[in-house]
Amino acid sequence: MNGNTDTEPIDLTDDNDHYVLRLFVTGASLNSRRAVVNIKEICETYMKDKYSLEIIDVYQQKTIAEKEQIIALPLLIKSAPLPARRLIGDMSDTKKVLKGLGISIGT
Amino acid sequence: MNTKSSDSQTSLPYLRKSRTGIKGLDEITIGGFPQGRPTLICGSAGCGKTLFSIEFLVHGALEYGEPGVFVAFEEKTEELTVNVASLGFDLAQMQKDKLIKLDHIHIERSEIEETGEYDLNGLFIRLGHAIDSIGAKRVVLDTIESLFSGLNNEAIIRAELRRLFEWLKDRNVTTIITGEKGEGTLTRQGLEEYVSDCVILLDHRVENKISTRLLRIVKYRGSVHGTNEYPFLIDEDGISVLPVTSLTLSHDASSDRISSGIPALNKMLGGEGFFRGSSILVSGTAGTGKTSIAGSFANETCVNGERCIYFAFEESPRQIVRNMRSIGIDLQTHIDNELLMFHASRPTLNGLEMHLLAINKLIGQFKPTTVVVDPITNLITVGSVSEVKSVLIRLIDFLQSQGITVLFTALSLNDNISEQTDESVSSLVDAWLLVRDIEFNGERNRGLYVMKSRGMKHSNQVREFVISDNGLDLVDVFLGPDGVLTGSAREAQQLLEQTGVALRDHAVSRKDREIERKRMVLESKISGLKEEFESLQEELNKTFIEEDLKKEVYEKNRQEISRIRDNGKTTE
Repeated sequence: MNGNTDTEPIDLTDDNDHYVLRLFVTGASLNSRRAVVNIKEICETYMKDKYSLEIIDVYQQKTIAEKEQIIALPLLIKSAPLPARRLIGDMSDTKKVLKGLGISIGT
Repeated sequence: MNTKSSDSQTSLPYLRKSRTGIKGLDEITIGGFPQGRPTLICGSAGCGKTLFSIEFLVHGALEYGEPGVFVAFEEKTEELTVNVASLGFDLAQMQKDKLIKLDHIHIERSEIEETGEYDLNGLFIRLGHAIDSIGAKRVVLDTIESLFSGLNNEAIIRAELRRLFEWLKDRNVTTIITGEKGEGTLTRQGLEEYVSDCVILLDHRVENKISTRLLRIVKYRGSVHGTNEYPFLIDEDGISVLPVTSLTLSHDASSDRISSGIPALNKMLGGEGFFRGSSILVSGTAGTGKTSIAGSFANETCVNGERCIYFAFEESPRQIVRNMRSIGIDLQTHIDNELLMFHASRPTLNGLEMHLLAINKLIGQFKPTTVVVDPITNLITVGSVSEVKSVLIRLIDFLQSQGITVLFTALSLNDNISEQTDESVSSLVDAWLLVRDIEFNGERNRGLYVMKSRGMKHSNQVREFVISDNGLDLVDVFLGPDGVLTGSAREAQQLLEQTGVALRDHAVSRKDREIERKRMVLESKISGLKEEFESLQEELNKTFIEEDLKKEVYEKNRQEISRIRDNGKTTE
């Protein structure tokens, strides 16, 4: 479960509400573009100024695929706040994305 | 095997193959797996799928210059390295040498949330990177079905798998995909639907509490292949597959002879012994000395500086060595000199096929010129008669193809010769010796027959088979007025004949003396007669002389008288 957080260099303790997100995509494929658009929108809507989002093109950094246990793409890894979660897909299902990120829509 | 020859005379495209390097598998697939195409290996849990694939990679990397990528979905790479270390494969070193790349793909369903459309490009990229990093020609995906349990969207997985296999084909890597056997299908997820080139099914069966591993080529597009179920063995040297039957009967026949170790037996076999590379069966009832004959044959081989493997299914090696020492045959020295190897196992240790494979492997390692299997009868406890026969046929086939002489012993339960041997191998072997009890005169003796011996003159006589402190020997049996005589009856008969000879000698000499005496008597008679004749002759001579003298005197007197008368006349 926590195997992926070890590699995360960002200090997690300072702010519990700060979301550390990394989105792995493959070039400019349809799914990837959709995922980028969707996640940006979600982030802006639900956690404005409380997140850092890094978008990584796996084609450019092939070794990262093995290191991060990447199989399905696009993949969003939330390494903070804990627990770490992995979300795959084009992020079009907002409800599931929020659930995966641990954000309840009620608030 | 010969599909490798690239200079095929026809210009037709043909299927290139990648050798697996697994003993026997290349023979039945005629050259290996289809090159540049995926091959599916399926079977139930624990039947050796992973081992098959890892051997394929290791042999490829070490022997055929084809590096390989192993993608493990189930085992971690460290576990895998430890697991195959027992086979002598050093995966860690091979990884360093860039011959093999291990990649463990871990999918934890609970960590993953699916939020829409996705693809498996991550897998493609990883695989592509791994292939490129070592220039791999071989890829193993073990077991890709794990994707189905890790991800929810089956439609996507199926579509992506189809794409993956096409992509692997495009990259021209030979791929093995393993799959767990499902209910009524070859694999749980129907992978065979995507992998249509070559499908191999592994099975692990337990019959009569004895396990046998079996391999079958379900399909192999574009190639002929063996269709039988082939048994295979997993041991410390990895996997060996054994073709059930060789396709032809085309081995060379040697006319070299090999001694049986019993000079008198050699004499029965045309004076020189068995043909090299032939198969010999020694059958007989219990306690007739079959093992002694076998031991003596093994001893002879080693004495001649050749190697022999003794497969004992009944006695332990020490027991055999001890027992053979009692008849003056020392096997221990040969063991120490590494000329003789004992392999003792209970027949029930494993299935028949496994025994065959074990024999096969040992022969490959030790390279003997003769092999003893003692006895084959015990194998029947593991299989049916027909199975035993089929195994023996294959064993004989294999040995003959290697030019190895083999001696089997078999226990015949029935004393009736027409019953033949239980395993009915008597028709398969080249020479058949039968040791029989001859019960006569309150004792049991052994008689040895040469029932058949292909291609050589052989004695049709029964010989008495004698086991003494100095080894084995055959003695001519006596044909007495009551039939064949053996044992003490034979000795009695021998004594009787000796007595007869003495008596006759005596009689002859007495007669000689009598004649001598008669001769002497006659000779003395002859000399007497001679003397008589001489005296007669003397008598006769005397008369003649007297007569002459008388005549002379008379003449003288007459002349005297006439002279006197003349004188008187003148005086008148």
